[in-house]
Amino acid sequence: MDGRLSETDQKPRTGGAVLRAALRLLAKALLCFVILNILFALAYPMPELGRISAYNVLFPGRLRLPYGDNPQRAYNVSVLNLNAMFASQEINAGPKPAGEYRVLLIGDSSTWGWLLKPSQTLAAQINRAGLRSADGRMVRAYNLGYPIMSLAKDVMIVDHAMRYQPDLVIWLVTLESFPADKQLVHPLLQHNPDIERSLIARYGLRLNPNDPQFYTPTFLERTIVGSRRDLADLFRLQLYGVLWAATGIDQDYPDRYEPAAIDLQADTTFHGLQPPTLHEGDLALDELDAGVRAVGHVPLLIVNEPILISNGQNSRIRYDFFYPRWAYDQYRVIMEKLAQARGWNYLDLWNLLPMKEFTNSAVHYTPAGAQILAAQLLPRIGQLSRIGAP
Amino acid sequence: MNLTSILAFTALTVTFGVLVLLAGERIRRYKGWVMLVASVFAVYWLQSSMPLRNLDFWLPTASLGLTVIVWVTINIPGRIAAREGGTVATRDTLATLTVVVAVVLLVGLTRYTDILITPSRPPDIVSILISLIVVAALAAAAGAAFGRRTGLLSIPIFLIVALFVIFKLDALARSASVVLRTLTGQATDQASALDLRWLGFSYLAFRLIHVLRDRSTGKLKAGALSLREFVSYVVFFPSLTAGPIDRVEHFTKDARSTLTPGVDDMVEGGRRIFAGVFKKFVLADTLAIFALNATNAAQTHSVPWTWLLVYAFAFRIFFDFSGYTDIAIGLGRFFGIKLPENFDHPYLKRNLTVFWNSWHITLAQWFRTYFFNPVTRALRTRTFANGKTLSPTVIILTGQVGTMLLIGLWHGITWNFVAWGAWHAAGLFVHNLWTDYSHRRAARAEQKALNDPSSQPVSEPASPLPYRAGLMGVVNVVITFHYVALGWIWFALPNLDLSLAVFRRLVGAGG
Repeated sequence: MDGRLSETDQKPRTGGAVLRAALRLLAKALLCFVILNILFALAYPMPELGRISAYNVLFPGRLRLPYGDNPQRAYNVSVLNLNAMFASQEINAGPKPAGEYRVLLIGDSSTWGWLLKPSQTLAAQINRAGLRSADGRMVRAYNLGYPIMSLAKDVMIVDHAMRYQPDLVIWLVTLESFPADKQLVHPLLQHNPDIERSLIARYGLRLNPNDPQFYTPTFLERTIVGSRRDLADLFRLQLYGVLWAATGIDQDYPDRYEPAAIDLQADTTFHGLQPPTLHEGDLALDELDAGVRAVGHVPLLIVNEPILISNGQNSRIRYDFFYPRWAYDQYRVIMEKLAQARGWNYLDLWNLLPMKEFTNSAVHYTPAGAQILAAQLLPRIGQLSRIGAP
Repeated sequence: MNLTSILAFTALTVTFGVLVLLAGERIRRYKGWVMLVASVFAVYWLQSSMPLRNLDFWLPTASLGLTVIVWVTINIPGRIAAREGGTVATRDTLATLTVVVAVVLLVGLTRYTDILITPSRPPDIVSILISLIVVAALAAAAGAAFGRRTGLLSIPIFLIVALFVIFKLDALARSASVVLRTLTGQATDQASALDLRWLGFSYLAFRLIHVLRDRSTGKLKAGALSLREFVSYVVFFPSLTAGPIDRVEHFTKDARSTLTPGVDDMVEGGRRIFAGVFKKFVLADTLAIFALNATNAAQTHSVPWTWLLVYAFAFRIFFDFSGYTDIAIGLGRFFGIKLPENFDHPYLKRNLTVFWNSWHITLAQWFRTYFFNPVTRALRTRTFANGKTLSPTVIILTGQVGTMLLIGLWHGITWNFVAWGAWHAAGLFVHNLWTDYSHRRAARAEQKALNDPSSQPVSEPASPLPYRAGLMGVVNVVITFHYVALGWIWFALPNLDLSLAVFRRLVGAGG
């Protein structure tokens, strides 16, 4: 302090002058904010922002893709940014280790492991087996399942995942993922229209690139203000990384759940389709083809995943909550023929598990169920690892 | 207070401040009324929803009723007030009563509209009128019983403490809920202590006790406070929910000030509100995601991550609480009210004694004034039959343990808050012993040096090297912070078993 008054100190400020100064300051701040928002909307860096992640840096990567309806209990948040989803997964930890035989598991909530701890999922059970590939590499399975039943979602994920240099892809499917009306029903697909349109163009999918379900943000929605919810979700996903790392919990496990229905409705329809015939055209087989093409030269095993086969009321009409018998039986025939015709590695494990190995849904298994399924897959992984091996 | 209410209050205060800047005295003279009306409305608006029917209306009404009753108790208009030199403006009192009753009725009348101030629809207007008559009768009775006998003012203090205990002790709160559910015809099997969440009662009770105590000791004269000032002081909307606990004489001095809130007040007020919002809604709410709580404490099993959760809680509670304080102080500045500071960089203090002079300062001062000082004074003057007196160590220990246990219990009557209080009492006591020991040792060393002819002449005490002093300062800050942070484990968790499990885990001794 040199004892001199500054210019501001020398002139007493009146209320009006201060108000004018405050208004000028507010106007400048507002202008900066508007410019920043316009620049953000023009650049729209949301996809790139998704690549910035504390996972695999500060916290261990998640063992499955982030999904959480109840973040406060699950320590997990659903985000619709594909880059962010993968950036938080352990597969993004770094370059593929030399001694690793990388297996990607693609599928729905049963592959993701609904109600299962990360250590109980199918991927974890495969890893626990300590299997080695034909060339001696350690088999390492990555859980890239995501709790939506849609083949289009599977194609989107496998297409993205191919950059992680898999040695084998195992794609677990079930009939409920095939109907055309299921393909774009989830926001993950709706909010990634550019990615989905690119897939439609590349693989000649039957989906309408201008489907009204696609969400195209307006200019205002592309601003920081308009994107605040997505930005907040990205931020929360990082913050929940602390609790994921601390607890290993990534799902809300209810104390009790409603078991999968055994007594069923006497309903023979399937997504509006009536018996007796299920046509190939009723199913999004083009998505299946697209997935196969996306995987390219990498060995692919398509698995018709186990379903609950009920013995309760109306079980002569339906297998379970999802499937009338006529539709499911014909689906299996279609898949079998298609796999033979196209030369796919196909495994139909539809009736692998007894009723007691299902939890709250006809496709969600218990830890023991996942273990039984893994035991079926392990020999096939061994066989397929011989492809291309010296 | 949520962000919406903070923004609404900020809009109100900024508008008032700007109008005062533009129009000066013409607007400023309405300051007291604006504060009163905003505060009375805030009592209802900020009250959270409760499962008990109409309780979100009755508890705010009880806050106001209690305030009016205490005011009547400490103010006997007329002869006593005049004798003691107080000023009780009857017209002002009547006008205040009219305004308060009008606001209460207005809030009550929202029952018949779609615009609600309270979380649920208020009770019918007849019930409200009856409740106002009951408050008036109680006020008259309290005035008659205690107004002229200040020695009996410990009775209303005891009643307020009893009310406090009922609301803070789970078992009693649950019983009270059962009674209230029976009265309202609701299912008693669902009664819970959580049914009774009286907004700001902890602060309101302490302001009332402070006033009653000061009146009983003669520190506060009868008629020294107008009803308008008193109601505004007790339920002042910026500090209603999270303090600070101002002293009434300080508050009324600012409230009566004829100085127009100036530019500096506005600038500082705005800065504090902005800082408070940032602390509370950005920092604290972010840390809250992974701060230690009952759920994640039981789920975490690794040592480093458990430490991180504890640190997160320590900073979360600081940013949360000091953020609210900043907002309160900032809002107050627009009315020319300088609410006292509650925090002064508490985590950068070198010992626990200084920490407690910088953490929740107004609460600590309250307990110092109304508990620690009277208790230690009483113990110092106490002489036993054998002529012996208590040693200073015992007096300080008793005072500190009592104070810290009460501060703990103020937050909630649970064993964990007792443990938190005891933790700090132990820390303060050990620090006091250490300070005494250090001083004695230094004095002995100095004396020895003076008495020893072979020693070097003592010119000046050897000052420690600057870097060494600095390093010791840092070490002390780190130790003090960790003692406080570990103390939060008792505070954050609901039971002793879980707290002890976390302590074990922090040293790698727990599963």
